[in-house]
Amino acid sequence: MRLDDSVLSNTERIIFTLRALYQSCGYERYRMRRFEEYELYSRNKDFLVSDQVIVFTDTNGKLMALKPDVTLSIIKNSRDNPDSVRKLCYNESVYRVSERGGTFHEIMQAGVECFGRIEEKELAEVLCLAGETLALLGKNAVLVLSDLDILHCFLDEIGLLPEEKQKLLRCVGEKNLHEIKSICDTWNVPAEKTERLKKLLSLYGESEKVLPELEKLCAGTAAGETLNQMKTLISRLKERRGTVRTEIDFSLVSDGNYYNGIVFKGYLEGVPERVLSGGRYDRLMEKMGKKAKAIGFAVYLDALERIALPEKSIEVSD
Amino acid sequence: MNDILNIALPKGRLGEKVYTLFEKAGYPCPEIRETNRKLVFENPEAAVRYFWVKPSDVAIYVARGAADIGVAGKDILMEYEPDVYELLDLGIGKCSMIVAAAEDFSDDLQKTLRVATKFTEIARGYYASIGREIELIPLNGSIELAPIVGLSDVIVDITETGATLRENRLRIIDEVAPLSARLIANKAAFRFRQETIREIMESISTQTGETR
Repeated sequence: MRLDDSVLSNTERIIFTLRALYQSCGYERYRMRRFEEYELYSRNKDFLVSDQVIVFTDTNGKLMALKPDVTLSIIKNSRDNPDSVRKLCYNESVYRVSERGGTFHEIMQAGVECFGRIEEKELAEVLCLAGETLALLGKNAVLVLSDLDILHCFLDEIGLLPEEKQKLLRCVGEKNLHEIKSICDTWNVPAEKTERLKKLLSLYGESEKVLPELEKLCAGTAAGETLNQMKTLISRLKERRGTVRTEIDFSLVSDGNYYNGIVFKGYLEGVPERVLSGGRYDRLMEKMGKKAKAIGFAVYLDALERIALPEKSIEVSD
Repeated sequence: MNDILNIALPKGRLGEKVYTLFEKAGYPCPEIRETNRKLVFENPEAAVRYFWVKPSDVAIYVARGAADIGVAGKDILMEYEPDVYELLDLGIGKCSMIVAAAEDFSDDLQKTLRVATKFTEIARGYYASIGREIELIPLNGSIELAPIVGLSDVIVDITETGATLRENRLRIIDEVAPLSARLIANKAAFRFRQETIREIMESISTQTGETR
């Protein structure tokens, strides 16, 4: 008997389609236990979508947690090999408080992680996979890119204490230019530097339109070099077929304690929140005592519950 | 594809002022000015749909994407910290989040300060930032009454002119933050409607003369 995919639920279809896509690109499927020692999460609370975790005591008295996240477990449980490349994909249940409701939910999450010697090829591949994932999920999708190294160049120019920088970062994430101005004015930041940061945040939209302006803005600074790398990645992304609209937006701030360099989020028209989120997280690797570099992304299948998906499982490109 | 832009407006005087800004920005919906009990107003020609919601709910509608954009007070944004873009300070509906106490109040640092408020998160954050231990008393209305009858030592509340406070023989002892109405947007909807939203922002900031 042949399996007809009409028996599959939306979520199952997405899971299988994505697994096929990731495995066809050489990503090995990773399986894991449902729980981990609680300490893993308490040490890295800010990395989690929500810091609330379901905790229980194991028979040996150890405090355990139902896993609220997949990435931390994969990092913890995989061998540290900075000289080779390891590519993994997963779909796993995670247990956490949904951002929309105040109680715990079992949420299906899929994603890919790439560890080891991360160079342009690996970065481009993960970005392309993110683009293809979005293209599979909906017709009108957009992949938004930012680069935390560039953003931090501009923030460092302003030269603030960590606490002040945190306030400013929050405004960056809100596209709150009026508050940025008022904060910078309070701290007597030279107007020219404030304007440069505001300009960086005002340059958002389709990458072709934004890049020339960005180049002018970053010329002659440390950010210029990083922007060149970002440009190369975007052109690699455009070469692939079956990908999506790419935008640049520096208001996309992922936690700088964990992420560095390129970060991205994916949106689908009709879904009121991000459906995909990822980036380069060498900082998290360092924190967990690993020398390998890393990049990856997660697809939030709970966000897709209420939308109609494209009719048939789509052919996976190679 | 749904091209209509959904806008959540705060019910009341502020909402009417805000509607005028949108109207002048090229998004009119004349029906909205008629007095009736309708909550939703649509003008397909201008590709816009407005709805009136309780001012404290605007952020919820926008954060969950029922509205693409909306106008909410800074007090609500500070209290609930919704995950939305705060695009513009409209410079209208100006008032202040303040701490007030009875005229004869003097702060005794040896005692836990009793704080009555509707804005528990703002009060908590404010006193944590100055390192003062407090006991929070959440109330839903008539906050000014609390210090008068001895329910609390101080209140954290909104005031525009200070008149109600003075009438009840309370005085302002601190300003927590200046407040005004803000244009907010759903982060996902923004990706698909940014040209329209950008136009609206530009028109409104010209009208209000606020610098961005």
